[in-house]
Amino acid sequence: MELKQLYREIVNEHNLHPTHRGIMADPTIVLRGVNPSCGDDINLQLKIENGMIADAMFDGSGCAISQASVDMMIDGIIGKSREEAIALAGKFMGMIRGEGSEEDLEALDEAAALQDVAHMPARVKCAVLGWHTMEEALESFHG
Amino acid sequence: MTVEELRKDFPILENHPEVIYFDSAATSQRPRQVTDAVRDFYETANANPLRGLYEWSTEATARYEAARAHVARFIGAASPEQIVFTRNTTESVNLVAYTYGLANLKPGDEIALSVTEHHSNILPWQMVRDRTGARLVWLEPDGEGILTDAEIEEKIGERTKLVAIGQVSNVLGVTHPVARMIERAHAMGARVMVDGAQAAPHMPVNVSELNADFYAFSGHKLLGPMGIGALYVKQEVLENLPPFLTGGEMIEYVTRESATWAELPHRFEAGTVNAAGAAGLDAALTYLERVGFPFIREQEEKLTKRLMGRLASMPYIRVFGSGDPAKHAGIVTFTMEGVHPHDIASVLNEDHICIRAGHHCAQPLMQFLGVGSTARASLYFYNTEEEVDRFADALTGVREVMGYGA
Ligand SMILES: Cc1ncc(COP(=O)(O)O)c(C=O)c1O
Repeated sequence: MELKQLYREIVNEHNLHPTHRGIMADPTIVLRGVNPSCGDDINLQLKIENGMIADAMFDGSGCAISQASVDMMIDGIIGKSREEAIALAGKFMGMIRGEGSEEDLEALDEAAALQDVAHMPARVKCAVLGWHTMEEALESFHG
Repeated sequence: MTVEELRKDFPILENHPEVIYFDSAATSQRPRQVTDAVRDFYETANANPLRGLYEWSTEATARYEAARAHVARFIGAASPEQIVFTRNTTESVNLVAYTYGLANLKPGDEIALSVTEHHSNILPWQMVRDRTGARLVWLEPDGEGILTDAEIEEKIGERTKLVAIGQVSNVLGVTHPVARMIERAHAMGARVMVDGAQAAPHMPVNVSELNADFYAFSGHKLLGPMGIGALYVKQEVLENLPPFLTGGEMIEYVTRESATWAELPHRFEAGTVNAAGAAGLDAALTYLERVGFPFIREQEEKLTKRLMGRLASMPYIRVFGSGDPAKHAGIVTFTMEGVHPHDIASVLNEDHICIRAGHHCAQPLMQFLGVGSTARASLYFYNTEEEVDRFADALTGVREVMGYGA
């Protein structure tokens, strides 16, 4: 998808009217993710119940791609198990490296819209910030 | 001489009329004359300079030393011996920090520097602070971004041993009163390192009149090749400066246990030098002299005025630094309400417009300005009014693309 179209049709909605932006009252894990070189800075909050991601929220600031990417990611991981969410992150990273299969893209659902970021090296870090943070948070969590 | 004629010398601009290059503060484009000089060096005089006993090497040496003499004339140094070739401004500042800085600073001494500095003129001084116990003292500019006399008087004092100052800020484009700072520093017994990376491409520089102790610039920002830069050192300082890197080319005599140093300035140019780059820099300076700083200044001011005029009509744009286009050295840094600078740059790239976005290697300045990152359009004499108009139109488009009604 052409970049302008990507912004207009997908990124803007999640950037300007995010579903999951906010502060959670009782998160199980909170992890900050930062891209020091561009100033993207998010606080990811996950609520884990019985090994499942019951809810997730984020707050912070950064470019539209970083913020929209987290919002889309949260859409995709609520209701998933810890392992499923980590696997999904793997699919997202693969897609950004240009290695995603059709099935991976399908599993990523709306987040697959960011696949063309693979051609924009300078923006890769923005797109993966939320996913990296989520992966790190879940991998360090043994609850 | 017109801009249209000059642009014909720049193949990359001629071959890509669709591209608008507004990132000359990062690196300029190069005219054919410069790349020709580099190629000519390799095709007609290639040999390792300064050591050979045959004609090619003599010719390579001659071109290298001719470039040095040209740099000396270009910045008003008394003698070519005072010019050390480096890779770039960053290496020049490091050379001063590792040699002069480490040898001369002591606990309790102060290094005065401006918050407007590029990281290249900050980190070497943090290193000197850490190793010598000296202190950093920060000068802060006024609302326009320029250091005031009062600030200079207050921060450069008896304990100051070194002042590090970028003549022109790579973010705000303002020119600091370097001559006055040097006068004050000398009165206090301090030396001054001037980072001329953004000044030398835009204005005549005379290090002797300035009375600078050290002056650095990069070839690649003033039409020259990448990988060649220069450092001017005042004679009396140069003579007592310990060597920086050691090895081949910088020695006079070596035994198993010791060495004596080559004559100045070769003592500071260890290893095989970038003679082809120097030949390219020589050609770049010739080109700049032919265009002339009056023309460069006039063209930059005309473009900057037009650009700032267009930006002023966009209520969602904030421009940093002076309101006077003459005080920008072609650099216009801005933010757009609600849109991150990286998104601005990415959307402009879709329209083949090249600008820089981020912290511009000046994070202390970003912190001082209270912004995380900014977008920067930087113009040079080869840019046109038509490009400025297309850029301004594209910027209005960015708002719309990012979801804000135009
Ligand atoms: C003011 C200033 N100082 C230093 C530098 C570093 O120059 P270079 O990367 O050529 O060493 C730059 C360029 O980015 C600059 O703008």
